[in-house]
Amino acid sequence: MQNSSGMHENEAAKSGRSSVFVVSARKRKLQKISQKSGEGTLLLIASFVAIVVLFIFWFVARDAVPYFRLRGFQEFFTSSEWYPADEPPRFGALAIIYGSIMVTLGSALIAVPMGVIASICLSDILPFTVRQYVKPVIEMLAAIPSVAYGFFALVVFAPLLQNVGGPILMWTWWVIAAPVLLLAVIVASELLTAPIEKEPKKKVLHLVSALFLGSLALLFLYFVGRHLQGLVIMSGTNALNVSIILSFMALPTIVSVSEDALQAVGRELREGSYALGATRAETIIKTVLPAASSGILAAVILGIMRALGETMVVWMASGNSSHIPDPFFNYLESIRTLTATIAGDMGEADQVTGSARFHVLFAMGLLLLVVSFVSNFISERIVVRQRKVLSGQ
Amino acid sequence: MKMFRKIMFGVAVMSLMAVGNASAAGNKIVMDGSTTVGPIAKAFASYFKKTTGVDVTVSESGSGNGAKSLINKSCDIANMSRPMKDNEEAAAKSNGVNPVENIVALDGMAMIVHPGNRVNNLSRKQIRDIYSGLVTNWSAVGGPNAPIVMIQRESNSGTQDSFKELVMGKELPISKRAETQASNGAVKSRVASTPTAIGFIGLGFVDASVKAVDVDGIEATVQSVKSGKYPISRPLFMYTNGQPTGNVKLFIDLPKSDEGKKIISEIGFVNKY
Repeated sequence: MQNSSGMHENEAAKSGRSSVFVVSARKRKLQKISQKSGEGTLLLIASFVAIVVLFIFWFVARDAVPYFRLRGFQEFFTSSEWYPADEPPRFGALAIIYGSIMVTLGSALIAVPMGVIASICLSDILPFTVRQYVKPVIEMLAAIPSVAYGFFALVVFAPLLQNVGGPILMWTWWVIAAPVLLLAVIVASELLTAPIEKEPKKKVLHLVSALFLGSLALLFLYFVGRHLQGLVIMSGTNALNVSIILSFMALPTIVSVSEDALQAVGRELREGSYALGATRAETIIKTVLPAASSGILAAVILGIMRALGETMVVWMASGNSSHIPDPFFNYLESIRTLTATIAGDMGEADQVTGSARFHVLFAMGLLLLVVSFVSNFISERIVVRQRKVLSGQ
Repeated sequence: MKMFRKIMFGVAVMSLMAVGNASAAGNKIVMDGSTTVGPIAKAFASYFKKTTGVDVTVSESGSGNGAKSLINKSCDIANMSRPMKDNEEAAAKSNGVNPVENIVALDGMAMIVHPGNRVNNLSRKQIRDIYSGLVTNWSAVGGPNAPIVMIQRESNSGTQDSFKELVMGKELPISKRAETQASNGAVKSRVASTPTAIGFIGLGFVDASVKAVDVDGIEATVQSVKSGKYPISRPLFMYTNGQPTGNVKLFIDLPKSDEGKKIISEIGFVNKY
């Protein structure tokens, strides 16, 4: 019914227009040409971006291939001996690749939970007026140039870590872990005593288990905190420093994009959930988050890519020593990343000769490009699939 | 009348000189060689272009390639951070080239530590042990019981090359744990803010925020570098084919001029003259 009426209206509009505007054949042709040329221009501009990406890929790959032709794949991916300027040169990039993975992972561990929680808080918990002020402030973090972050990391944060690194870590641990553990204790004691029916017995047991679990948690907090406080950080330019700074750089992206995704879930779903008797926590965890998961995932991947591709901060504050830390998860040692190596070694020295030393940097660039390409592709796939699942197809 | 002839003569001489200058301005100087000497050569080149109008092209392909270019007569000046080797001299002679050594400047390197570090003197062997990773604690070289944080420069730095050559020797690689900083200034600021760090920077960069230790008992000063006593220093050369003449001579003599001296110390090298 609706469809036919729409068609009817359409026809009426068409006939009305033709009765009012009598357009000559020549004019119509002109109109068509200008329309086509306008479309063409827009297409050109739009495709320009895609062409630029393709060209970057092509040029990087063109200068990366000679390296692998000269030295093969094995050394690059399996050795951690990075002595490009020695005689004979050695181009083992394993430690550098590992360094990149390490800081990316470290910053993701900090930025992803923080960002997602912040975006939930912004979209579902804080009142609208507060959100209007807080979100722009978080987004302002993205406007700070990366060299300023790097300068801060090198000149302020690194000495700070060296001097009072232990206490800083301990306080951070308390601030983050104490509320989480408190919540865990409350929920766990509730769950433990849930099967008990009799009222006075239940109350007592509830109290006892809460006290027991609470003291356990306190002990845990205390001992980990004491261990952290005892740590001495020899060099402030290390993986931890860079991970923290990078996580702050990735935060605005994650918060902003995932908050948009949470907003996009809409009022209907939330109200439907409340109508079914769900609490606010249940609504957020069981309804809103699953519905926004594809958007949140996209936000997370964007944030991680930001951390992986960041150069200036890493080059200034990671220490740039190309070794795999000992033990391998030791974030207090300095590391070197792919981006920093490209920035640091791209001097004037050997470019002229087109040597392996020059091409190895492009090989690293290609590796970065491929990684970001693949992860973008994967996230795109997940988003599409999620959308299909949600729309019930 | 005599006066008039004098003036005429003067004008003639001046115009001849102008012609000479004009033809010289058409020439250009081609330089090739060391990346360490490169900054001096480039700074001189832009100064030379400004004052005389002569184009100077500077390629930085390393001292060895500089020597090769001079032997093949494909450059006018070979920048070298080391003296010419015997076999290079012989190759030059057999090619009809007579390489002449001209010292441009001196390159001195200060080993710096945090001002609070009680170490005042390191031998070259101790520095080598530290940077190769053999010695990892300050207590082994007379300091407090604390691990050493070593700081080096990136691989294409001339200072890094000099350090490797003058301290480490050719074979011994610098430990992989050494941190890398991008400039003399960055190394200095890291050492100034890290009580257990050691680094090396050009002598011109040392100030009160860091402490330059004596090397082999010799204090790092402009004087000790000039006299050749300070062990981690070296002269930087510009080699010419035969005694320099014309524009090349003007260029080679720049380090002796006040302006040249200023340029050299601004870039962080030590004046020879």
